[in-house]
Amino acid sequence: MKTNLTLIKPKKTFNWNDFREIWQYKELLYFLTWRDIKVRYKQTTIGILWALFQPFMTMVVFTIFFGKFAQMPSDGIPYPIFVYTGLLIWQFFSASLTDVSNCLIANKGIITKVYFPRIILPISSTVTKFVDFAIASFILIGMMIYYQYTPNLIGLLIIPLLLLITFMASVGGGLFLASINVKYRDVRYVLPFFISMMMFITPVIYPASITGKYSWILALNPMTGVIKAMRAALLGNAPINWTLLIISGVTCLIILLIGFYFFKKTERYFADIV
Amino acid sequence: MNNSIITVKNISKKYTITHQRGGYVAMRDVLTDIAKKPFSFLKNKAKQITGKITKEEFWALKDINFEVQKGEAIGIIGANGAGKSTLLKILTGITPPTTGEIRMNGKVASLLEVGTGFHQELTGRENIFLNGAILGMSKKEIAKKFDAIVEFSGVEKFIDTPVKRYSSGMLVRLGFSVAAHMEPDILLVDEVLAVGDAEFQKKCLGKMDEVTKQAGRTILFVSHNLTAVQNLCKRCILLEEGKIKMIGETKKVINDYLKEDTLSKNSSTKKITDNILYKNKNIELQKITCNDSPQKNISISNLPTNITIKVNLRMKEKNKLTLETCLKDKLGNHLAVYVPGHTNPNNVFLISPGEYSLTAKIKLPKLNKGTYFLDFNFTNPGIESYAVINNAVNLNVLGYVFAEGRTFDADTNGAGYQVLDGEITIK
Repeated sequence: MKTNLTLIKPKKTFNWNDFREIWQYKELLYFLTWRDIKVRYKQTTIGILWALFQPFMTMVVFTIFFGKFAQMPSDGIPYPIFVYTGLLIWQFFSASLTDVSNCLIANKGIITKVYFPRIILPISSTVTKFVDFAIASFILIGMMIYYQYTPNLIGLLIIPLLLLITFMASVGGGLFLASINVKYRDVRYVLPFFISMMMFITPVIYPASITGKYSWILALNPMTGVIKAMRAALLGNAPINWTLLIISGVTCLIILLIGFYFFKKTERYFADIV
Repeated sequence: MNNSIITVKNISKKYTITHQRGGYVAMRDVLTDIAKKPFSFLKNKAKQITGKITKEEFWALKDINFEVQKGEAIGIIGANGAGKSTLLKILTGITPPTTGEIRMNGKVASLLEVGTGFHQELTGRENIFLNGAILGMSKKEIAKKFDAIVEFSGVEKFIDTPVKRYSSGMLVRLGFSVAAHMEPDILLVDEVLAVGDAEFQKKCLGKMDEVTKQAGRTILFVSHNLTAVQNLCKRCILLEEGKIKMIGETKKVINDYLKEDTLSKNSSTKKITDNILYKNKNIELQKITCNDSPQKNISISNLPTNITIKVNLRMKEKNKLTLETCLKDKLGNHLAVYVPGHTNPNNVFLISPGEYSLTAKIKLPKLNKGTYFLDFNFTNPGIESYAVINNAVNLNVLGYVFAEGRTFDADTNGAGYQVLDGEITIK
């Protein structure tokens, strides 16, 4: 008979076993994600179509106001597809960041009653948002066909890497915020404001080129590299800026490590103070 | 190596008490504090680091040691705040201990709440899977036991209805059915049976009993319901103020606990208002007396008698109010209720904000010698509870004293469940 020994001790910050534990709880991860997706579209008439409707309408509004009225330049690309490419990544990032930050509080009922590796919750939040992203990207495919853009091979290969960087940035930042949020509840109120501010220092609605010599300010934001590379890969408006992308990648990895460390360090108090 | 399945060694848990001004700490306040008085903040921090300021510490548990053998059901009892729930939370891994070590041999499942993680919008079927996964079952396992779970819960008809339309009883039944079908080697159970109707409680206890005896499963059961503990567990741990007071045969431990509780010096100085379980901001209980004494312990003879409860209270909003009382025996079984609002609607008083004095004179039945408890519930019956005091009064029923001075000491249980008469007024 297989015996599984459980050992409970005063908790250390970090342990390699934690990773094995995540694997053990993969079914819980699956069910939590499934719950979030199911619940969100349960009582809506158009159901999962909301995942298409939201980014689509944002794109339409932005196209009318920024593209048409404000005559925002877009590096020679039709404005709708230009802004949608940026929005797609940006919404994945901002929605995951928000959800990860709130995941501990939203799941307070489970945290205080059952043990499981807490890191499951932020992962599940991001996976849920990724499903939205995947659905919303069908619109992009449609637009690419309509505007007759063919992505090159390197472009397609680079997309998983871009998603990985976005994932690291949102999870890393989110883990950090989630840990603070447990103790200081004002994070919840500041974050939406902070995220909408951040969108303006990210080239979502405008091309990075319009900032001219101040473009280094944008480069401080790791999402800049990702969005620029996404456009370059799919729309071929410019060559992929590898240096910028590598800087983004490394920054996001550092954010992830800091977030993870902070989360693990505070994890043990969650059930006591949440 | 011995063959005990759970070994608990020197477990202690410390909490630091922070004096919050209620609610959550806002980072805003912390930051403004730092900005306003940067120097005193630094000074305090420095003192904290050098150990000059010691934070107020509170040991919820101190040096807990015990072992549990395979197939054993062990109960944990103790007064509120004795550390029962903390111990269980450490055993389940929800919160880590400050010191010590616990070894558990086998698959552990915990049941601190019925239906943990149930989502209102999901159907019964979906919630079974979700709850099962949260409790640690695999998808395959749940699918295999699905029919049995549904059957045990008795909600077949509504299995595809969102659980927000369920009655609370149905929810509890569904939650427990999932839990009852876990197959762990060790099951840790908190006071989950306090909810749900009596019949279902019996069914659950039966199921748990069956599980320990047949499958050789180990159960650790925390409860206030001493009858349930007595029925289920042979051995029992009594916790007091974070320490193990006694481990031994359940009957003996419970008897000692009850003696301790009613006779110790500690409790003889306790006041009725000490045990307020719940109170909302609508009501302020200023003074409560029973037979003109504010003490918790009251002695009465075993002849049919009246007790008089007087309460000075303040209501903050215009509301309906009455006092309901429940008479319980020493094991917590309900013997009788005093529900004036149910017997006569005029006994529910509509009062505007202000101070009042409530007087209830309740006729007690003839009780056997022993200890009984009274629970108080300040309520608008069926609508809202303003305050609840559990075990507000310990009634010490003395043996019947005959005219010539001899006492009659039959110590048996057996008062039926009944509705008590009385008078209630609020001025």
